[in-house]
Amino acid sequence: MRVRFWGTRGSLPVSLTAGDIKSKIVEALLAAAGRNLKTRADVEAFVERDLPFPISHTYGGNSSCVELDIGTEEYVLCDLGTGVRPFGLHVLARKGPHARCTFHVFMSHLHWDHIMGFPLFPHAYLPGNRIVIYGCHDGIEEAFRRQHAAPCFPVDFSRLPAKIEFVKLEPGKRSRHAGLDVTPMLQLHSGDSYGYRFEHGGKVVVYSTDSEHKNEDAASTQEVVRFFRNADLVIFDAMYSLADTVSVKEDWGHSSNVMGVELCQHARAKHLCIYHHEPVYNDAKIASVLKETLRLEEITREGHTLRISSAYDGLEIAV
Amino acid sequence: MQVTAVRHADVLVVAVTGRIDYMNAEEFKSALQPHLANCVAGGDKVALDLSRLEYVSSAGLRVLMIVAKDVRARKGTLVAVALQPVVREIFEISRFTLVFNIFDSVQDSLRAISPAAAAASRAG
Repeated sequence: MRVRFWGTRGSLPVSLTAGDIKSKIVEALLAAAGRNLKTRADVEAFVERDLPFPISHTYGGNSSCVELDIGTEEYVLCDLGTGVRPFGLHVLARKGPHARCTFHVFMSHLHWDHIMGFPLFPHAYLPGNRIVIYGCHDGIEEAFRRQHAAPCFPVDFSRLPAKIEFVKLEPGKRSRHAGLDVTPMLQLHSGDSYGYRFEHGGKVVVYSTDSEHKNEDAASTQEVVRFFRNADLVIFDAMYSLADTVSVKEDWGHSSNVMGVELCQHARAKHLCIYHHEPVYNDAKIASVLKETLRLEEITREGHTLRISSAYDGLEIAV
Repeated sequence: MQVTAVRHADVLVVAVTGRIDYMNAEEFKSALQPHLANCVAGGDKVALDLSRLEYVSSAGLRVLMIVAKDVRARKGTLVAVALQPVVREIFEISRFTLVFNIFDSVQDSLRAISPAAAAASRAG
């Protein structure tokens, strides 16, 4: 299974500014000073090898959208944030406008940042495509229809040429869709959210975003640990610091890098990918959160090594 | 996990020993609360001696946040003292260094929050 991240930002899409780009170029040129970079290959190798990620790259700014590729012709996505637009353009570029595609989309919840990419998803406008939207919320179809209605958007949902279906799932009940065994879990978030445990070919990927872990009792922690148990990859909402989640941002419905490390350590998960980045964080700040998270894993490790990554738009992880 | 207390004048030095995780966080909260009962403006000041705390998880930190908020509402004084390097790093990564005034030693904390307690500690 391959996991591709098309949108990794929480709450609100963001973009680099002209000043951000200039700052990266200045830092890169300063780092390059005195080096013998004569060819494009020299420069590319320098950029890849020697520049820190937040200077040479960006974590990106599209809101939540993750693709699970199990090698079939049909596409599987989690959430329809603005990341679904570059995903759709990528599929169009590869297959052309006349291909008839099927997309299976598992929705964590219906807050705006998780559905706002759908009105500009190109395949919704191409006849012959099929889009199956799965979720546990009541009123999931209504949320999509409202988003397309005037005065918010010029094209009403009823005029979309693609065939769009909605499938209601039950939390805690495992079922098979698009070649995957899928188990949703209720999570703590305003209006509820749902995590998904995907199993395929002996591999497990957990998608758990927009979820607050209040740590109020051992039983609820153990329930999450069971859901994450032995996962090959856990995609985890680590939007805030732990101190924020238990003080000024308590009940805002998000979690922390510290909580992600602990839950994955208890669950003996193999790989934690921190996700749903705070929109006010710049690339340097997200990189520093990753560095601290790696250090936390190192100093709290007890026999089990947990791999840790920070999601960025364009990241691909082989599971 | 153990919680014990020693008084120096108007300061209670509350020592926490062992590990705190999600399995014993509530027990930690119950053990801590009696020592904070009079941590109010004009009452006891409390220095949490964490020199023998080996590890604290998010559940333990949540308890510390609850008691810190409670003491702040009562205008009491609660500080953290002598964190082991691992616990210090956990505080830094979780941003709890912004929640607590942290001192390197019990004597440093007593000098800062109560000269009378510092003198009592030296005398006895």
